[in-house]
Amino acid sequence: MTSRLLRWLIPLSAVPLLALLAYGFRVNPREVPSPLVGRPAPPFELQSFDGAPVALESQRGKVVVLNFWASWCYPACYEEAPVLERQWRAFRERGVVVIGVDIQDTVEAGRKFTRDFSLSFTNLRDATGKVSVDYGVYGVPETFFIDRRGRIRVKHVGAVTDEVFRTTVERLLSEPPG
Amino acid sequence: MIPELGYGAAIAALALAVWGAVAAAAGARTGRVALVESAQRAALGVFALVTGCFALLTYAFLTFDFSVRYVASTTNLGTPFYYRITGVWGALEGSIILWTWMLTLYTLIVILRHRESARELYPWVLTVMLSVIAFFLLVVTVAAPPFERLAPVPADGRGLNPLLEDTGMITHPIALYLGFTGVTVPFAFALAALITGRVGDAWITLTRRWAIIAWYFLSLGLLIGGWWSYHVLGWGGYWAWDPVENAAFMPWLTATAFLHSVMIQERRRMLKLWNIALVIMTFGLTVFGTFLTRSGVIASVHAFTQGSIGVFFLSFLALVLLTALGLLAWRWDALGAQGELDSIVSRESAFLLNNVLLVAAAFTVFFGTVFPLLSEAVRGVKVSVGAPFFNQVNVPLFLSLIFLMGVGPLIAWRRASLDSLRRNFVWPVAIGVVAAVFFFALGVRPAVAVLTLALTVFVALTIAVDFVRATRARRRTGERLLPAIGGLLRRHNRRYGGFVVHLGVLVIALGVTGSQAWSVHTETTLRRGETTELAGYRVRFDGLSASDESNHSKVTGSFTVTNGRVAGVLRPAKKFYPQEQSPIAAVDYRLGFREDIYLVLGDFSRDGSEATVKLQVNRLVSWIWLGGVVLTLGALLAILPEWRKAA
Amino acid sequence: MRRARALAPLLLATLLAAAAPLGAGPAARPVTAQQVDDVAAQLRCVVCQNLSVADSPSEMAGQMRAIVRERLATGETPEQVVQFFVERYGEWILLSPRPQGFNLLVWLGPVVAVAVGLAVVGVLLARWTRRRAGAPAPAVVDPAMRERIRRETEAEP
Repeated sequence: MTSRLLRWLIPLSAVPLLALLAYGFRVNPREVPSPLVGRPAPPFELQSFDGAPVALESQRGKVVVLNFWASWCYPACYEEAPVLERQWRAFRERGVVVIGVDIQDTVEAGRKFTRDFSLSFTNLRDATGKVSVDYGVYGVPETFFIDRRGRIRVKHVGAVTDEVFRTTVERLLSEPPG
Repeated sequence: MIPELGYGAAIAALALAVWGAVAAAAGARTGRVALVESAQRAALGVFALVTGCFALLTYAFLTFDFSVRYVASTTNLGTPFYYRITGVWGALEGSIILWTWMLTLYTLIVILRHRESARELYPWVLTVMLSVIAFFLLVVTVAAPPFERLAPVPADGRGLNPLLEDTGMITHPIALYLGFTGVTVPFAFALAALITGRVGDAWITLTRRWAIIAWYFLSLGLLIGGWWSYHVLGWGGYWAWDPVENAAFMPWLTATAFLHSVMIQERRRMLKLWNIALVIMTFGLTVFGTFLTRSGVIASVHAFTQGSIGVFFLSFLALVLLTALGLLAWRWDALGAQGELDSIVSRESAFLLNNVLLVAAAFTVFFGTVFPLLSEAVRGVKVSVGAPFFNQVNVPLFLSLIFLMGVGPLIAWRRASLDSLRRNFVWPVAIGVVAAVFFFALGVRPAVAVLTLALTVFVALTIAVDFVRATRARRRTGERLLPAIGGLLRRHNRRYGGFVVHLGVLVIALGVTGSQAWSVHTETTLRRGETTELAGYRVRFDGLSASDESNHSKVTGSFTVTNGRVAGVLRPAKKFYPQEQSPIAAVDYRLGFREDIYLVLGDFSRDGSEATVKLQVNRLVSWIWLGGVVLTLGALLAILPEWRKAA
Repeated sequence: MRRARALAPLLLATLLAAAAPLGAGPAARPVTAQQVDDVAAQLRCVVCQNLSVADSPSEMAGQMRAIVRERLATGETPEQVVQFFVERYGEWILLSPRPQGFNLLVWLGPVVAVAVGLAVVGVLLARWTRRRAGAPAPAVVDPAMRERIRRETEAEP
């Protein structure tokens, strides 16, 4: 009778569930894809640690690497700070600008961080958190690669490596500025 | 030396467990008692070895043996003494050891109690228990070894997660794990019944008591977890529908369903298939829960995961589900439903409805928990399924269950005549409706709260009616009141234990309703001497003070709280642990019968002149803990005298 | 907080600057804590696990609450404020999945589960009572006696 075969559906029904859970190993629940990739980068104007205001618009025409960090973000931000500084020095003459944004931090701790790592690129403070919300930031560090036309092309979650920085920036630089 | 000994003990225990499982099965198949006895001795050996393992690990903690990686990552020189003991199970490796030890303890008790009484099933029960133990020992020795050495030996350890430095750490994991591991016993009996084909009533009778014990510890674990969340985590809530919380709640729901449907099988010899399925579901959910907690597949505040352990648990889950469900399918015919019912209007139907609702609730929570994963797999879009969803979807189910709690006790078995229905229910229903109108007219809102209150009145009345009638019946034989009550409780302890548990659930439901519907909160920044007000409380910020504890530094705010006449000083603090990235909030509160006042310290200025404070007046939260106490008393009433009768 | 007070002018400037593109005019509506809560309770605190922005004690959640308050004050509806966050974070930021499309599965799941359960129970009850009805009629018993027997046997659950 069919019920002889139907009953084996019961153990078999466990298989889709197990498959779904196995799929879970391939995804990282903490990584959320950003809806901003491919869209124009939200404009902002923030103060640097020296009090000078800096606006994103002023960097139009250059490739912008926008990095969100915090002094308490250990070890990732501590790993990538030297990387950013290094790459900044390598690419600054080629129309690339690196901008760091310190979020959820105190002025003193942020300033100390920039001094400890001798960061020579512009670092700004997002005191109200508005810019980090505008960029959909949900953790630190996060880095946005913005092309010359002002569109976000890549969002990198976690510490940036020399490799990632170089390949992405080279790709964006090779595009026409039109 | 010590770590090597511990590791050796674990390996030896694993070998013994495997031998025992095989021997018991072989002994059952061939009928050779000597093999079963050998398996029994092996199980005792496993208990001794795992106990030794646990003791050695604790010793390493107490002596600050930082050469052991687990000790170094979970304590430091400043960790207070008792947290060094509880820290043993404070992270992944140690928690597995605790789990395994409890499994061996349950096996020991099963051996002592059932070696004579369950002749046919017993060897297979041993096989299943020892197989489960073997799996966990495999995890201990291969995937998450607690005795790994660290070289070079650090001078100081990292320290316990500060959120775990709390008395809840002592009781919550123990209660919860006793519940989780306790579920293994009914599962073992169920599989034994399937394997031997003796799916009649013997396995149910043996299992019922174990099911209540496991259910009780799960309830306790959930309640203590809620209490811990409330007074430690600093958000003023006790349940967040976090995936790991759900992982403990789901088996509790199916276990509750089992406790009820078991009564149908005992009286009417029906639902054999369903009961076995419920037990398999409950154990399956337990394994699923432990997989969730340790695999990192679904993000959660509890998840403490590492490496390949997720693969181990998923494989185990696969093995458990396929084996158990396969056995179920194999024995399908023997489990045939030769059920008979006199009438649809009967207690049997009420219990069946109860099961539908509880299992539907478990399914809802389960589906909501895995849905983010499903959505990502199918659509590639990440969604969140959180508290608003679970609250909305579960409230109707739980309210229906509360209603059934009132119907069940007074509706007759087999067939409830219209006459008896009228006699039993007219007054409680009428008064319930009047209560609803009354509360609504009083201005109680929202409507759900009114409904809950009315249902609570209804259920309380049906329980009271039953109790009064029964007491009156006893007194008619000449007994005086108190002995009548005592006799009633003792003679029918299962029934009245169940009623007390239901009363406990009612109190908890009221607490949940009150806290969700009527709590208020506010957040302000105060300068020293400034006051803020909420719900009749005036809170004045007096100042900040800094202090150094053994393993952290602390900034404490001092707030004077007055409520008309009652004054007190609350001291919420922020604790700064060197190993943590952000400070941990230490809330302060005054608990009350009607409401709690609850303060969380936010940001503050360096000179102590200003502080941000979050102020909450939580209504009826204490009723949740009180309801838990009542539930405990009810469960004890239902279990304890059983042992005296059985002896 | 000293920090907050020093930034007040900047905050005000930003607010005024932001008011222009929103086009809602300079009139700021009074916003109650309850209104902020209602919106914040729908949003997931991005740095926490499973807490809402309303519940979370973290700094980021506090900043998000401030943003909610500001936007409500400029006249945006709660739905618009929620949409603001969804545009930046994706659907993930909603604590309850929008009941549309694929997400309907999770909303309808419980309903289907209960319906299926009731249907199964219904079928079983019908089958079991029918079987019973086919059984031979029991001996006639005096109804009063039957009542008494029933009451006395109704002792154990």
